[in-house]
Amino acid sequence: MSRLRKLVDRFKPHFEKGGRFGIFRSTFDAFETFLFVPNKVTTKGAHIRDAHDTKRMMSMVVLALMPALLFGFYNTGLQHYRAFGVTEATALDWTGIWMCLKFGFLKILPVIVVSYGVGLAIEFVSAQLRGHEVNEGFLVTGMLIPMILPPNVPLWIVALATAFGVIFGKEIFGGTGMNIFNPALLARAFVFFSYTSYMSGDRANVAGLMRADGVDGFSGATPLTSIADGMVEGSPTLDFNGTGVWDWIVGTHPGALGETSMIAIMMGAAILLVTGVASWRIMLSVFVGGLGMGLIFNLLFMLTGSNIYMAMPAYYHLLLGGFAFGAVFMATDPVTAAQTDTGKWIYGLAIGVMAVLIRVVNPGYPEGIMLAILFMNAMAPLVDHYVVEANVRRRRRRLIAANMAAGATNIKHAGR
Amino acid sequence: MTKTIKLRKGLDIKLKGEAEKYITRLPRSTVYGIAPAGFPGISPKLLVQAGENVEAGTPLFFDKRRPEIVVTSPVSGVVEAVERGDKRAVLNVVVRADEVQRHRKFDIPARLTREATIELLLASGLWPCIIQRPYGIVATPADMPKAVFVSGFDSAPLAPDLNFALEAEFVNLKRGFEVLRTLAAGRPVHLSLSATSEGVLDAVGDEEGIVKHTFAGPHPAGNVGVQISHIDPVNKGDRVWTADLWNVALIGRFFNTGRLDMTKIYAVAGSGVGRTGYVEASVGTPIADLVRATGSRAAGDERLRFISGNALSGRRVGEDGYIGFYANMLTVLPEGDRYELLGWARPGLNKFSVSRTYLSWLRPGKKYVIDTNLRGGQRPFIVTGLFERYMPMDIYPMQLLKAILAQDIDKMEALGIYEVLPEDLALCEFADPSKNDIQQIVQDGIDLMVKEVG
Repeated sequence: MSRLRKLVDRFKPHFEKGGRFGIFRSTFDAFETFLFVPNKVTTKGAHIRDAHDTKRMMSMVVLALMPALLFGFYNTGLQHYRAFGVTEATALDWTGIWMCLKFGFLKILPVIVVSYGVGLAIEFVSAQLRGHEVNEGFLVTGMLIPMILPPNVPLWIVALATAFGVIFGKEIFGGTGMNIFNPALLARAFVFFSYTSYMSGDRANVAGLMRADGVDGFSGATPLTSIADGMVEGSPTLDFNGTGVWDWIVGTHPGALGETSMIAIMMGAAILLVTGVASWRIMLSVFVGGLGMGLIFNLLFMLTGSNIYMAMPAYYHLLLGGFAFGAVFMATDPVTAAQTDTGKWIYGLAIGVMAVLIRVVNPGYPEGIMLAILFMNAMAPLVDHYVVEANVRRRRRRLIAANMAAGATNIKHAGR
Repeated sequence: MTKTIKLRKGLDIKLKGEAEKYITRLPRSTVYGIAPAGFPGISPKLLVQAGENVEAGTPLFFDKRRPEIVVTSPVSGVVEAVERGDKRAVLNVVVRADEVQRHRKFDIPARLTREATIELLLASGLWPCIIQRPYGIVATPADMPKAVFVSGFDSAPLAPDLNFALEAEFVNLKRGFEVLRTLAAGRPVHLSLSATSEGVLDAVGDEEGIVKHTFAGPHPAGNVGVQISHIDPVNKGDRVWTADLWNVALIGRFFNTGRLDMTKIYAVAGSGVGRTGYVEASVGTPIADLVRATGSRAAGDERLRFISGNALSGRRVGEDGYIGFYANMLTVLPEGDRYELLGWARPGLNKFSVSRTYLSWLRPGKKYVIDTNLRGGQRPFIVTGLFERYMPMDIYPMQLLKAILAQDIDKMEALGIYEVLPEDLALCEFADPSKNDIQQIVQDGIDLMVKEVG
């Protein structure tokens, strides 16, 4: 046995029930099972088990988030230096990339630390109170929260948002697996409505712009905010704040940390789909739903000629804002999504449709994906109910048919 | 030939240690053990005490609720011990075998009525071969089943090739199916064969009254419950009977010879034995003897798990246990009671997984040694859409499991509790990353239904 194992075994008795540090039981267990897959063997049922477990699954999601996170570091730096006109840093050479990465890393690291710190503390305490093992679900939530917040977000908001998301999004329902809403999205929704000025506007999405003005002519508005503002002012054209398709694919425009780069998100999507951790049905159907709604608007524009936003090429919607990030990482949360295969198609399509609908029809909310997913989180059990009900009806009809064949007289009550 | 029913859902777990196709004949063991707990739906009450003489075919215990159902001794000898466990529950009735075997004589009339057939099955102790669906319990003799189902192949991990093991049993199988036809009294007897295996079974059951089906696809295609759901699903209020193929042969042998002979050919498989193979032995043979027959246990002082049955749904018996009444194989696997440093974070080229989170999916042909480690901690259900991939029946497994956990009988009924046994969801349990005891949940649900609905 390894030295490390011996060390763990030496401390273990103190952390067991009745031990000196018995109240930190589940905390110790969390660290022990992190270090070692336990020696627990099967007692009931199948004697052999698949190597897959929730730790592996959650770590795959965290791994899939890494490309977007790394690009987020870079982009945070890039937007900051652009805003303040530091040409040395915005240049596309090694010095520039390094400067941007470094700035972004130092800017975002505290956000991640606060998110994980607050969330895990709550998670550990509630696991201890319930006598459960600590659930790995927060490893994903704790990473998602910084990635869907604007880079300029104050740390106290991060702490508040995380606490709200974990407590009201998860723990009050009984922990991971029991929750109705995606905790990370709930956290974002909470700050979005409570501290709007920190979450949107021209300054929130560029690090440093809250405190100081940038160079003349620089606007930190995300393309979506920019469009929405234009719409409110009655602008005859769409204003993407000087960005284009290529910027959206690469991700070099202002926005929440993880949402800007299509390439990075697609790398994550590839990891999720190849490993089978996320549902391809949901992912695909959100994109299809969004594209479909975009095309419907295109058609409507052709018919009515009003609202220039409707004329925007449909695929722009998939590239802009948090649509792709939401489709890949948020809508696919298995706990809060629909559970049946058919339900997943309906759930995904509805999210895509609704996200675009909110964007185009209501400029008050430049971004629709968050509300669309939260709404469908609430609707998912209903969707599943009707899908499962079809199975129940099939079984009932079979019974009635069998009874009729058998010449049963009491057909009326047979199905009950 | 009938149309092949192709199943796409399911999984063949690539375990190392498939039984080699050679047969060892085991000399008579000194003791034999029968475990009452292995008989589903029977509350045992003993009929013998230590020191009593028994013949092969002498009742050892009966069912308290249905006293006509008895379980008999597979050998003649002296009852050596009644091993008891918690709350004095009988673990094993152990019989020390005679040098020269004595068999209880049964008269088999030339023309058998259904009543006489049932009488003989009950008296010989072979009635427990007949299992009722729903619930998977020993059938009630007074019932009239809608149909009788027999699975002609076993698709479980490392399962024996029944065409090989039953090669010499043609005459007995033929007679056994005649008996089933008598029991069915004109209702259909279904025999389901594997599309990929050929042999003695192709010649069985060509008589009128036997409906043959062909199934193709991964495990659980060989589970009789899955076959029933594709042939004629169990509805509320239905009673259908099933019998294991080996037990059909044992019934046939009894009706052919007039004496109880519980010898069959077991597969001894798994990475825990030095050499795998097939062993001719009787029901109740000590596990240690079966392991010795093929060679020895695997090298080293590794702790092993001995399973009467297959790796997914078999009963854990221990090296000092006995092979069960319903088992056609002994599976021996290494115990997994060891820690693995950062096991969840490793690339996992040697870890079998249905997910592709471990790199082992890049080596599709590979076979694995899988020990009994749980490989993770128990969590609430998180993943969705996974169980459905291993459930080739028109059932939503997760929803059914949740209905059972909530003890919602109406919902359990609506979602198909009558159509499943724990073994039908064994693959869900294998694959579940949340490590829930799914087969136990299903069993609890069935127990609740038996209690509340009956």
